[in-house]
Amino acid sequence: MEKGISAVEGAAKDRDPERSLLHELVAHLRQHLTPLREEWTRRITEAQLLRVMTADEIFSEVTAVYDNYVDALETGSIEALEAYAKNLSERIIPRGVETHEVLGVVLLLRDVLARSLFEKYQQDSSLLNRVLDVYEPAANRIAVTVGVSFVQERERVIRQQQSAIRELSTPVLKVREQLLILPIIGALDAARARQLTEQLLKGIRDNRAKVVVIDITGVPSIDMTVANHMVQAVRASGLMGARVIITGLSADIAQTLVGLGVDLSMMQSVGDLQGGIEEAERQLSYAVTRTDSSAPEQEV
Amino acid sequence: MTVSILKQGNYLIASVQSALTDTEVIELRDALLAQVAKHRSRGVIVDVAAVDIIDSFAARSLTTVARTNRLRGAKTVIVGIQPEVAVAMSQFGLRLDSAYIALDLEAGIQLLTA
Repeated sequence: MEKGISAVEGAAKDRDPERSLLHELVAHLRQHLTPLREEWTRRITEAQLLRVMTADEIFSEVTAVYDNYVDALETGSIEALEAYAKNLSERIIPRGVETHEVLGVVLLLRDVLARSLFEKYQQDSSLLNRVLDVYEPAANRIAVTVGVSFVQERERVIRQQQSAIRELSTPVLKVREQLLILPIIGALDAARARQLTEQLLKGIRDNRAKVVVIDITGVPSIDMTVANHMVQAVRASGLMGARVIITGLSADIAQTLVGLGVDLSMMQSVGDLQGGIEEAERQLSYAVTRTDSSAPEQEV
Repeated sequence: MTVSILKQGNYLIASVQSALTDTEVIELRDALLAQVAKHRSRGVIVDVAAVDIIDSFAARSLTTVARTNRLRGAKTVIVGIQPEVAVAMSQFGLRLDSAYIALDLEAGIQLLTA
């Protein structure tokens, strides 16, 4: 009976020393808060990290991160730190802070704290080993958390911007009754071509368009997939009762399309946007005339 | 049958209310051809605005109607193809050769009377 109890106590003690070590560790970090924080700040400046931020800003972030860091060490819960890291990333990403800086800063803190532990326990190497056993996994987990939060936040910002660019990049504009123009600027990929088709058909229906001029002057190159998407977009427009005129095909793109053997028989193509609009106006029986008689008159 | 064929002056208007089975497509085709002969129509409008799928059989049947009508001096206008249907059809390479196409019934009537 007695043996059983002592065994249980033994097991509890095995965990307890770890916990008491952690407590000791946290107490140590709290006690030497000011010098450690200053040391960290000094090394950040020395390593020329976070150069876009002022010294005051760095110090206030350092203070907050340090407290969160120690709290995370103490409780083993990284949620608060995660939330803080996300919030911090939101603030510093627009200012141009890079991933390597954030990781560098977190690793510096890890180094500063480890160095102070070495100093404190240098007399007793076995105790030092046990302290490091407790400290290292926790510290690494924190470093990973902060790094991942930063990268995730960055990716979120990138995704947001991508979708904003996509939204902006395919305007469908009405020039006259039944006449739309669709200027395309920038590289086309399959996803954008698909979205373009959607916008085009929606535009045709909403504006009751009969002719659409698609201008691809701003498109640097086209591959087979995109070319096929364009052909499909033109066919689908035809099924909605609208003719498509493509303008601004560069010599390169035209050669590519011919080389790829894309069937362009159903596409009407005009050299530039002006010519495309003039052709569309002709098809819709519009006539544009100059009112200034002194200028050379030009009828479309 | 879920298609009503209405006579409107010189024209026939067939409005399809839902996706058609192959049998119904054949019925529609035959009915349209018979009605065009009977009323001596100058044009036929097929409104597919309520149809969410047009397969190869339906597309071919509509093309047949259009070709046959043309031989008899009547125009065939398909109207109301939905954007999703248009995309699907162009992806599968389905075409409505010989038929005129307009956005909706109004545009279709305009096309015939112009």
